[in-house]
Amino acid sequence: METWAYEDVLAFAQSWGAVYFTVMFAVVLVYAFWPRNQKGFERAKRIPLDDEDF
Amino acid sequence: MQTQTEAGWRLDLFLLPLIVFLGFCAGLSEAALSPDPAMAIQGWTFAACMAFIGCWYLWMYSSRQPADERGPYTDGVIKAGVVAAVFWGIAGMLVGLIIALQLCFPHIFYVPDWAWSSFGRLRPLHTSAVIFAFGGNVLIATSFYVVQRTCKARLWGGSLPWFVFWGYNTFIILAGTGYLLGITQAREYAEPEWYADIWLTIVWVSYLLTFLGAIWKRKEPHIYVANWFYLAFIVTIAILHIVNNLAMPVSLLDSKSYSLFSGVQDALIQWWYGHNAVGFFLTAGFLGIVYYFIPKRAERPVYSYRLSIIHFWSLIFIYIWAGPHHLLYTALPEWVQTLGMTFSIILWMPSWGGMINGLMTLSGAWDKLRTDPVLRMMIVSLAFYGMATFEGPAMSIKTVNALSHYTNWTIGHVHSGALGWVGYVSFGALYCLGPWLWKKKLYSNALVEWHFWISTLGIVLYITSMWVAGIMQGLMWRAYNDFGFLEYSFVEVVQAMHPYYIIRAIGGALYLAGALIMAYNLWRTARDGEPVPAALPHPVSNILAGEAA
Repeated sequence: METWAYEDVLAFAQSWGAVYFTVMFAVVLVYAFWPRNQKGFERAKRIPLDDEDF
Repeated sequence: MQTQTEAGWRLDLFLLPLIVFLGFCAGLSEAALSPDPAMAIQGWTFAACMAFIGCWYLWMYSSRQPADERGPYTDGVIKAGVVAAVFWGIAGMLVGLIIALQLCFPHIFYVPDWAWSSFGRLRPLHTSAVIFAFGGNVLIATSFYVVQRTCKARLWGGSLPWFVFWGYNTFIILAGTGYLLGITQAREYAEPEWYADIWLTIVWVSYLLTFLGAIWKRKEPHIYVANWFYLAFIVTIAILHIVNNLAMPVSLLDSKSYSLFSGVQDALIQWWYGHNAVGFFLTAGFLGIVYYFIPKRAERPVYSYRLSIIHFWSLIFIYIWAGPHHLLYTALPEWVQTLGMTFSIILWMPSWGGMINGLMTLSGAWDKLRTDPVLRMMIVSLAFYGMATFEGPAMSIKTVNALSHYTNWTIGHVHSGALGWVGYVSFGALYCLGPWLWKKKLYSNALVEWHFWISTLGIVLYITSMWVAGIMQGLMWRAYNDFGFLEYSFVEVVQAMHPYYIIRAIGGALYLAGALIMAYNLWRTARDGEPVPAALPHPVSNILAGEAA
């Protein structure tokens, strides 16, 4: 089995790390701005105000 | 809402007292068998705490339906958390004042024959008391309050939340008394030794279970954003705590242990833990408070729910990488140092996104800042959050760090975050929880004003004196004369900082005075505050109803 040298791990982390973070951020943005989610968010932001107990 | 009234066999009333009993036996065994006198005292202390919890179980469950299981929510444990937070906050700030004075006048409060009175033992007592004892109890109390209200469900596991509360405070006592006895594994913000770490792991997993259980049983389909922050805090702290404390004790009867890591890997693990203790304990957890208590108090929804989602995911994904900025110019590989610096600078964006989201919640209702000192405290906490999260990335830049590192600038930075951000948002939450839980009106708004202004003056004195002292210290250390020799000896630098240390101690004393005012105000609220009618449980709604009438 091929073993990974320190430099290989380094190269992998430095290149694919950037892709990983960009994709993650894109997914979060798409979720946050997806038009169908907006109604749910509008309702969700009122949760603390509508929780009058007792 | 249904309450847990089922009579008969309950797993939590079997399992939790069993854990407490086993803990009691372990404590007694250490006390009896350990050749290390400090460890024996720790054994007695732990056994005494376990005996107390055991007696509490007997007392609480001697009636068929204990008080905390009658209402719709488990609120008694939150009241206990409020009391514990106020107590530990004052204790921790008092120790902070003592060590600040020790730095001004080395013989004050220090008796050479009493090793426990030395700065080296009192300093971790101060940091752990304010971060973990005060901050931890605030986070446990507020998270229990928020998750139940926003999920419309009880905390899971019957008496499990109480086990978490007593267990966590046992850990605090064990850690604090351990420092005074000279027991430490010398890892920043993780000084408690292996046995205390194992106990905290049991407690923390219980905390995760009771919190997740409430989310699991929720009657509200959406998980409100505050719970996401609390959950990130609980899960990440569990991971950080376990990895950072991987160690092998010398023997089961000895307090000393050796870390699994060594050299630069150990340093990186320690600061991966240390910085994320800041990121997930002192930031993510308290942002949970921001996203619930500020909208609730202002009676307006958070400015942008979309922004809160982006805030959450970007904050937790970026924070975890910022730790290496504590190890600039060390044996850590250059690229890891640069990585830590880069992520620290990127972190500025989510931090300010969150700050803006919290501040703008008041959009259209800024007048509340004038009339409601509790809300003002929480909003000012966000301003300090913004300042500290701007200063932090700046200090992580290598050239700035070359000047700031190991100086009092770092102490100033930490305290603008700790006193201004964490302290103020906690005080705000405590001023909310007191009246909400005891169902009384707050005893005095005027005293909150006094608290606010005295503390603010204290913070300003603290952070400005430390900035000046720190930058001066850094510049004096690096000053060379024409012959290439150092301009100043070490002791000259220490001498130059003396007046600033005194100003810092005055600032700390003012901050402590403010906390004492809060304690008095909350105590009077609970004891003889005006009862709030059941139909309108919250003081703000009450005021509105009064205006309408």
